Amino acid sequence: MSGGSAAGLSTHLPALQIAVPLLSAALCMVLRRSRAAWVLAMAVAWSSFASACVILATVRRHGVISYAEGGWAPPLGIELRVDLLNALVLLVVTAICAIVLTASPRSLDQEVWPEHHSKIYSLYLLCMTGLAGMTVTGDAFNVFVFLEIASISSYALISQGTTRRALTSAIQYLVMGTIGGTFILLGIGMIYMVTGTLNMADMAARLAAVGPNRTVLVGLALIGVGTAIKLALFPLHIWLPNAYTYAPAIVTAFIAATGTKVAYYVLVRFTFSIFGAPLAFDELRLDAVLMPLAVAAMFAGSTVAIFQRDIKRMLAYSSVAQIGYMVLGLSFVSVTGLTGGLVHLFNHAVMKSCLFLVMAAVLLRTGSVRIEAMAGLGRRMPWTMAAFVVAGLSMIGVPLTVGFVSKWYLVLAALEAGLWPVAVLILLSSLLAILYIWRVVEVAYFEEPAADAPEVVEAPISLLGPIWVLAGATLVFGVFTSLSAGTAAAAARQLLGVGP
Amino acid sequence: MFEGGHFPYWVFIFLMMTALYVVISRDNLIKKIIGLNIFQVSVIMFYIAMGEVQGGTAPIEAEGVTVFSNPVPHVLMLTAIVVGVATSAVALSLVVRINEAYGTIEEDELREVERGEEA
Repeated sequence: MSGGSAAGLSTHLPALQIAVPLLSAALCMVLRRSRAAWVLAMAVAWSSFASACVILATVRRHGVISYAEGGWAPPLGIELRVDLLNALVLLVVTAICAIVLTASPRSLDQEVWPEHHSKIYSLYLLCMTGLAGMTVTGDAFNVFVFLEIASISSYALISQGTTRRALTSAIQYLVMGTIGGTFILLGIGMIYMVTGTLNMADMAARLAAVGPNRTVLVGLALIGVGTAIKLALFPLHIWLPNAYTYAPAIVTAFIAATGTKVAYYVLVRFTFSIFGAPLAFDELRLDAVLMPLAVAAMFAGSTVAIFQRDIKRMLAYSSVAQIGYMVLGLSFVSVTGLTGGLVHLFNHAVMKSCLFLVMAAVLLRTGSVRIEAMAGLGRRMPWTMAAFVVAGLSMIGVPLTVGFVSKWYLVLAALEAGLWPVAVLILLSSLLAILYIWRVVEVAYFEEPAADAPEVVEAPISLLGPIWVLAGATLVFGVFTSLSAGTAAAAARQLLGVGP
Repeated sequence: MFEGGHFPYWVFIFLMMTALYVVISRDNLIKKIIGLNIFQVSVIMFYIAMGEVQGGTAPIEAEGVTVFSNPVPHVLMLTAIVVGVATSAVALSLVVRINEAYGTIEEDELREVERGEEA
């Protein structure tokens, strides 16, 4: 590459997002020592985050980055293509990866045998490779390959949970995930059949020239169903609650905040960038399918969450509901709606990983995440539970938190589209969130611990630090929205081809 | 019904639906994984069928070769086969662990054990 070595390196940043974690994953396996592997993984995760920041800044200033892998020019060569949309998703994914990894050692010490730690970090980096790869690639088949890299490593990660239920949850996820992945592969095949290309931009141009035909629509439907499984869109969410409940706490915090988000990105990318809104929403009426499902997810997820006694499971069901909000935003097919969906992707990643890290801290100190174990924790682990309250309020959508920002955009989009009943439903489902968050708060702050409860002290700083970084982020981005909502709005305008 | 070279597609649809039925209806985890494998293989067949050009030979550089099959789907499927192998490997090792932990790999029995644990 031309220019100095520093400038040369910076043009390779998108490729390094994939190559560095992939190679380091192998190194982690070789290192074997738990802490050494952790230090390596930390270095990789934080440098990925730093480079994601640089990428987003570059895209905001200079527009789309296109990187020809191996110097083979697209559309024949494989292209990595970063625009505002995936730069934002990449930032979220790498940030959560890095922050959760920082919190991981103490929690993993408790839940996983030390000799397996290096393997866990190796899988963690592999999963990160897959997620980052899915996000930056401009090649449709690459999406499938990276999706499977991320999925297979997450099956293995989930199976590392302490109870044997982790194993059955992992295989349940594996069966559904593989079906989802294969549907996506089949859908990509259908488009390839019609267009003869795998490059996304090229596909979009040729599909627009071909116009609607049955093969294309079947391809879109298959990709829609495949990503809906990966996304855990109600009623295809069956794998999610078990997987999140029985995985190690750190793994849950990581996967809950990144896996479904990247699947959402893939859905947005395929429907808006490749097929285009007219084909996906006028010809196939994808919105007419997605909107009722999204609303059903919002209510079913939150309602079931209210009755869970295992708080990790409660948060898992709440994820199902939150995914409903994201998909609802997409189904409005308007700039405001899509902004709401994308900004909720950002916001939900932040608050859900915060809540799951709180669960990791509670598990570390009390040995349980059932609601009975939370009794009196408000006084015994004040900082941890305060973070739970902050992220919980954001879950409900209280002003000054990120949750409010997403719901504001969603309600606005519903009203813009003249769908005021949907706006009412968004508000009603938020009331359900109050119920399930309040249950925990009530037990933690207003109930005395059982007489035989073990002595509990505040979580260690290594966990508390990351928890409060995320809790702080829910407050900061609830007030200063130019990074999250600003970028999301610009990306939404790009996707719908409206103005700059 | 089979005119126009559509025969491979009928086979692909038949295999795919059979596999999906196996995955949904069988309780034995090994059988489920076999179903999953057939499911993936059916899609591999779909891609290979798509690459076929009537009267075409293998895509090689040689005297007199003018009409040849599209090599791209074949290459893509090499990757998909690797993905399938990896998935099966992870799935089978999970089944081994499940057998060790529960003493059964029948899903209905597993569900019963788990329901007992929850109660």
